[in-house]
Amino acid sequence: MEFSELIKTATVESVLLSCVGLPAVKGTLCITSHHLLLSSCPGGDAQPGTVELWLLIRNVDAVEKRVQNLGWYQPPWTNGSPQDTRLAGSSGTITLRCKDLKVLQLEIPGMEECLNIASSIEALSSVDSVMMMYPFFYRPQSLKLEEGWHLFPLEQYFQQIASQTNQWRLTDVNKDFTTCPTYPPAVIVPAAVDDDALRKAARFRQGGRFPVLSYYHPKNGTAMLRSSQPLTGPNRKRCREDEKLLGTVLDEGERGFIIDTRSAQAAKQARMTGGGTEPKSSYPQWRRLHRPLERGRPLQESFIKLVEACNDTSINMDRWLSRLESCRWLSHVKAALSTACLAAQCMDREEASVLVHGTEGTDTTLLVTALAQVILDPSCRTLVGFQGLLEREWIEAGHPFHLRCARSAYSHARLKQEAPLFLLFLDCVWQLSRQFPFSLEFSERLLLTLFDNAYASAYGTFLCNNEKERCLCKVKEKTHSLWAWLNQPGEKKKYLNPLYSHNALVIWPSVEPQSIQLWQGLFFRWIRSSQYLDEAWAEIQRLVEGNDAPVKESAGNRLSRSLSDPAAQTEDKR
Amino acid sequence: MYQALLEPEVGDRNKTTRGGVWGFSETVVKATVPALVLHSQISSIEKQATTATGCPLLIRCKNFQIIQLVIPQERDCHDVYISLIRLARPVKYEELYCFSFNPKLDKEEREQGWKLVNLHEEYNRMGIPNNYWQISDVNRDYGVCDSYPTEVYVPKSATAHIIVGSSKFRSRRRFPALSYYCKDNNLFGANKFNDDVTPYSASYRMCVNMASICRSSQPLSGFSARCLEDEQMLQAIRKANPGSDFIYVVDTRPKLNAMANRAAGKGYENEDNYSNIKFQFIGIENIHVMRNSLQKMLEVCELKSPSMSDFLWGLENSGWLKHIKAIMDAGIFIAKVLIEKDWVSFGHKFNHRYGNLDGDPKEISPVIDQFIECVWQLMEQFPCAFEFNERFLIHIQHHIYSCQFGNFLCNSQKERRELKFWSGMYNRFEKGLHPRQSVTDYLMAVKEETQQLEEELEVLGEKLANLQKSQLTDNKVKSKQQDGSKRLGLSTSNNNLANTPQEYSNDLKSFPSRSPSQGDEEDSALILTQDNLKSSDPDLSANSDQESGVEDLSCRSPSGGGCLPSEDSGKDSDEAVFLAV
Repeated sequence: MEFSELIKTATVESVLLSCVGLPAVKGTLCITSHHLLLSSCPGGDAQPGTVELWLLIRNVDAVEKRVQNLGWYQPPWTNGSPQDTRLAGSSGTITLRCKDLKVLQLEIPGMEECLNIASSIEALSSVDSVMMMYPFFYRPQSLKLEEGWHLFPLEQYFQQIASQTNQWRLTDVNKDFTTCPTYPPAVIVPAAVDDDALRKAARFRQGGRFPVLSYYHPKNGTAMLRSSQPLTGPNRKRCREDEKLLGTVLDEGERGFIIDTRSAQAAKQARMTGGGTEPKSSYPQWRRLHRPLERGRPLQESFIKLVEACNDTSINMDRWLSRLESCRWLSHVKAALSTACLAAQCMDREEASVLVHGTEGTDTTLLVTALAQVILDPSCRTLVGFQGLLEREWIEAGHPFHLRCARSAYSHARLKQEAPLFLLFLDCVWQLSRQFPFSLEFSERLLLTLFDNAYASAYGTFLCNNEKERCLCKVKEKTHSLWAWLNQPGEKKKYLNPLYSHNALVIWPSVEPQSIQLWQGLFFRWIRSSQYLDEAWAEIQRLVEGNDAPVKESAGNRLSRSLSDPAAQTEDKR
Repeated sequence: MYQALLEPEVGDRNKTTRGGVWGFSETVVKATVPALVLHSQISSIEKQATTATGCPLLIRCKNFQIIQLVIPQERDCHDVYISLIRLARPVKYEELYCFSFNPKLDKEEREQGWKLVNLHEEYNRMGIPNNYWQISDVNRDYGVCDSYPTEVYVPKSATAHIIVGSSKFRSRRRFPALSYYCKDNNLFGANKFNDDVTPYSASYRMCVNMASICRSSQPLSGFSARCLEDEQMLQAIRKANPGSDFIYVVDTRPKLNAMANRAAGKGYENEDNYSNIKFQFIGIENIHVMRNSLQKMLEVCELKSPSMSDFLWGLENSGWLKHIKAIMDAGIFIAKVLIEKDWVSFGHKFNHRYGNLDGDPKEISPVIDQFIECVWQLMEQFPCAFEFNERFLIHIQHHIYSCQFGNFLCNSQKERRELKFWSGMYNRFEKGLHPRQSVTDYLMAVKEETQQLEEELEVLGEKLANLQKSQLTDNKVKSKQQDGSKRLGLSTSNNNLANTPQEYSNDLKSFPSRSPSQGDEEDSALILTQDNLKSSDPDLSANSDQESGVEDLSCRSPSGGGCLPSEDSGKDSDEAVFLAV
């Protein structure tokens, strides 16, 4: 496939770009294989050809077009200006709704051009082949390709654990992805269980996701494991190796908790389709807790409804709260946080090990295990530690980013496997940052950047569904890592929380409804100005960091920041 | 909410002074936990069904605190109940706490406090009196209007005859008087007429023109009555604002209420009778609606472990944020009006609205709560625009009701979605709900420290200059020490970071662990019991210091080391307990 085949019209003059909260700009629109560019007309501006928009086409979630054929009608106001005569003939408006939730409007003179542009954007944005995506073409000079891909090796994480206990071992049973296609080559398992037993246990778990170590709590030596559901089926099958694997985690007389992220009924129903839960008789030391969390389509629909509500300017105060309630999003945030807190409480307070799983073990399971670690482990609350956590518990753990983040809240396409679990995780972390403003080393800006990059990125970090696919596509050889870019000294500074101070303690958040807030920084990012809050933030930075160079953003910076994606900015600087 | 068990105290304190319960005429409770409640803070007292431990008494305070006392003897409980009812609503002003509160200030200091906000100075600041506005002594001895101050500011062209005439045409004789004058004529000003004392009671109105805000009560217009002097008064106000052809008359009531008032001989100005006025209703509900709304919202706050939906539905049904929004919308008309001038001097019915004295419960309204909340909403959106912080607002709210002291800005484009629920206020006493770390405190510490360091730097700089004359080697050492102390200082100012877990397993009760319908009997292990989990919190919340969490956590962790053992250590085990199954 050639990109050029998809581009019907590459450039159009006199296109008017408008966006909520910013003045409209007129310029030349240009479509490249991965970007939509708009540079303002020379003459009007002192600097000719200023780039006003640099939008990754992958970021486009929905394209809406509206054309008016005004051939027979000459609007009186165009009579005076000859250059607008073409406008009088026909024109069209394209509304681009992006995955990062911003909405852009392009007014394009000429009906045909408008339709061409729209269909080109549609075609380019729905290219589904990973190898054709922008990260495989993006080559910034400031970064090296291999940089950032091996910052957080599991070996290193294992060494930390091994220095405290010898109950765990690192296994390469999955080195060619045969035992479990969605696990990374190396995983941490109980030392007492050999690879053969692991292979057998894998056959008893959906998708081969046998229980592996997710987090070791150094304070009391308890462990958090994750897996997929056991394949007990209607005949209540058992697997001795799986039972042994879980049995060795607990000493005699010790109890552990299985946190099932489905309702008891859903778990029971899963038996009909070959899944199920761990029966007490086969796993006598484990107690099951069911904490149903929303996933899949209902979660995506909740996200869509929330974004719709946030963009609806017609509702007033007396309808807003019930509208917010009907979206259910905040309930999902509350449920996710509560479940993660329960897991953390079991470990820290009950001194009991925990196994977390739902059905596939790639969605709500990871949400709970990753969140529990942010709550429990101070090292996950640093900028680098948080990156390591994402790498270990989301990316390598096989959260299917490619499927889940294929479409965002605006798409008209039929929903396939999209679900904003990663966004829900980021929202929960944001809630933590509200309640513990000193305890996270990174700022809201990092969370926003991660959200943007998970849905459309110049970097390969969030590409594909698992490590096996990344290997096949040679993601780590052919694309740049987001971490390499984030960790550049100049860039890193933007994501730090000036108020951070190391807090070695567990951070127990409040999960009462009064404490759960709507993440305005994300859901209203493009709708209302954050000027006064930005100023307050700059003031805080100034106070904390002394009087050196207050961080001030000029109006111009704001414009470019809001219109172009972060990757383009770095590109622009070259 | 916490429980104070007061077995030892009740007996002997019961017999002491004046209606006294515990020997303090003003302070109700002095238990082992540092709980001190002023009688005037009490909003309602409820006797609950007697239990095995005693007779519970539920006290709801006006600052949204809820206290439950468990008194062993029924008879004692009833005595306490009767006493509190009497004490919470004194009949005379002299019984209020401020008349006996003596914070060790001499007379001069006390008088200084009262002079802090001087009406003359306030109006001088606005540039009044001037060519158009003057002080009128028409209300000396409160002869015209008893709820206005003796000195009022009116247009120069308004004669005493006009003022008196106008006052007779106004509810409670509150004739139009100047509230705020905007020196800079380019700015948007507003003209406000306050009525029957509270902004939302039957008839609050304001007049807006380009430079000043006046206020009055509703006119006694009925269906057709008119008053020449009142019409002249409004004309005078318009003339006092040269350059504007009309004035807005803003009625803060919903139009329906205003129309209903006409039947009672009151109502609103007829545009035909007044030259050059423009009329507008803002639709702020009356005090009865507001009181009910607050009541409903507080009920939502009191819910035990509500779901997200319960909370949002409850909050919406209470309509509280809707009212806040309406008031803030009205606030867009008025700019920079100071509390003192607006709420006290012009006779806001403090007493009736806040129920400090015994009176008609229907007259109580949460207007000041709403005003304070509006300021908080603005602070949330414009963090840099206010000199004071959230704590100041909460403090003011507390003192309005405590009666411990004798007294009491903005222009914004408000959007519905930006209004938030203020848990810092309405759930103030549920420590578990609040952010565990205060940015304000931290920043203030940092600011103070920076200032100290700068002063020190200056001193050192001077020393350095002196030293350089003699020796050049000494100073390096000193500056290094300085660096070290800075790091150290910051980390200590920031130490109370911890907290304790709350009842995350609360929802377990909804987990049908023992339900036979579930069929799967192996699942029926109720692991974390509700009651045991609950017990972890009460004591902690009574401990005003959140640091208890630090100790609590560390005593479990041998590796943590170095921390003090804590009184909480014994409790650790009951936070979540296994049921032997």
